[in-house]
Amino acid sequence: MAVDKSLRIRVIGLSWLAILIVLSACSAHSASSDSADSQRAIQNKGSDTLVNLALAWAEAYQVVDPNMTIAVSGGGSGTGITSLINGTADIANASRQMKDEEIAAARAGGIEPVEIPVAIDAIAIIVNPQNPISQLTIDQLADIFTGRVTNWQEVGGNDELIVLVSRETNSGTHVYFLEEVVRKGDPENTDIFASQTLLMPSSVGITSEIGRNPRAIGYDGLGYITPEEKVIAVAKNEHSPYVLPSVSTAADDSYSLSRHLYMYTAGRPVGAVASYLDWIRGPDGQAIVTQLGFVPLSQE
Amino acid sequence: MSDEPVRPKPYVGLFSQVSPSDRLRLRGIIDFVIERLIQFAGVSTIFIVGLIFFFLIREGLPAFLDIPLRQLFGGRWYPIDDFFGLWPLIVGSILVTVGAIVIAIPLGLTTAIYLGEFAPQWQREILKPLIEVLAGIPSIVLGFLGWVVLAPIVQRLGAPTGLTVFTGSLILAYMSLPTIISISEDALYAVPKEYRDGALAIGATQWQAVWRVVLPSARSGLVIAIMLGIGRAIGETMAVMMVTGNAANVPGLGLDMLFQPVRTMTATIAAEMGEVAQGSLHYSVLFAIGIVLFVITFGINSLAGRLMGTQAGRRRKENI
Repeated sequence: MAVDKSLRIRVIGLSWLAILIVLSACSAHSASSDSADSQRAIQNKGSDTLVNLALAWAEAYQVVDPNMTIAVSGGGSGTGITSLINGTADIANASRQMKDEEIAAARAGGIEPVEIPVAIDAIAIIVNPQNPISQLTIDQLADIFTGRVTNWQEVGGNDELIVLVSRETNSGTHVYFLEEVVRKGDPENTDIFASQTLLMPSSVGITSEIGRNPRAIGYDGLGYITPEEKVIAVAKNEHSPYVLPSVSTAADDSYSLSRHLYMYTAGRPVGAVASYLDWIRGPDGQAIVTQLGFVPLSQE
Repeated sequence: MSDEPVRPKPYVGLFSQVSPSDRLRLRGIIDFVIERLIQFAGVSTIFIVGLIFFFLIREGLPAFLDIPLRQLFGGRWYPIDDFFGLWPLIVGSILVTVGAIVIAIPLGLTTAIYLGEFAPQWQREILKPLIEVLAGIPSIVLGFLGWVVLAPIVQRLGAPTGLTVFTGSLILAYMSLPTIISISEDALYAVPKEYRDGALAIGATQWQAVWRVVLPSARSGLVIAIMLGIGRAIGETMAVMMVTGNAANVPGLGLDMLFQPVRTMTATIAAEMGEVAQGSLHYSVLFAIGIVLFVITFGINSLAGRLMGTQAGRRRKENI
């Protein structure tokens, strides 16, 4: 299931690659001219958090501009950014901002990455529905995920071991959770995940482990939560209110674990890529954001 | 045009128009070309292995040079924060592999003994192809099975999570079984019939003949079967990645450690290769893991090779 999805995406990606090679071989003489730009497939790669949204955008954009094909694949924010730097992707999807090393690597390769926010995502803390816990503070979450607290009893639950579930380290969601929860947003803090943390290669891995394990706690993007998991209300500290993540609480900033999702291009976008990104940020693209359970950008 | 009746043409070889001396020379050239092609095929395999090793060393060496050895073999693996301790990964791989072998050896050897010594012909004809089918199941399918079916069962046994060493070992055991069964069956088959007949003639039961005579004489072949099974298990990636939980964790000693999640070397490379920037420290550490894996499997294979050598030597001596 987990692999099935990424495999399919990869197969799609590979077949696009093959088509691209054939196309570029056929039109090698005109590759430098601007007319080739309109028929070329745009390679869009990166964050697994964004992959469903990116697929939905690519599909809907077919109606707007039938001449343009957009090949979407996942793999994680890090993977997408690496592809952008290596020149194998035109647009990198990222659920975090680029790291300084990545920007330096891009510049070393002669690329100036440009950041474009495309949507807002809220990170939901999830447990098995059998778990009596329904609210936690960021401090408690940090204690749980660093392994300082190992029994549910210590945060008011049953006398049972806590099983930690996280995304792999190449996931932007992982990095966001590390910075905002495990380290409580403090750049000086060097805490890391407990070594017993299960690292899942995909969102599906997390939701299915949470769905069948009453001891488990994990996190995932709001758009990926299914009814098999129970969402925990989160408070900034003991004195602030416990808030459940939703489109409205993420948009008005009362839910503390929400973040922007980005697309990166190599240099300022031009031509077809620029019009695609404008469309994404416009009302039509943002309507799809809402449909998939993410939070739209505020339209200024 | 002559008046001669038209006869069916005699068989015309490719070079029948060529004079006999030229034909000889041509054959010589063809022989030479074919010989060289075969030689090229053989040497290229060695050449490619050499290239792979060279590539591994070139990409992985910076890790050994830039990171103090004590840290490289330290206990914490968290690459995005520059914790590059390989120890949990090595322990993870070894635990899962040893578990798999402990499960696979009794199952595999008894299956081979049954097939080779006891099973009637018709059963053998059904069982052998089935075992080959088991070998043909893609590892990802077994991994999927482990994830969906086995993990919930292991969790119900009392483990904190279903994604554990034990789950991985079970899947790997079933993956290495076909190798172990078919090679140990060959080893049993290679034991001369006279041995069994002799044992039975002096009044041994069939089981005694197998246990006391056949098994000891096939011993090195059986060891090789196990070694190759280990090689198959330690290098497996996808299935293991799906069912062991991927927690870079060194479980404490005890029976309990079988029911803890671990992260194997292969799963680490597969999960992290996509994200690393080429040439970064993390990148070369992943290649360093590749070197460690290569050294381990190379050790297992050469040990198997040496055992194979002693067995062949003994057989030659026996035949004289």
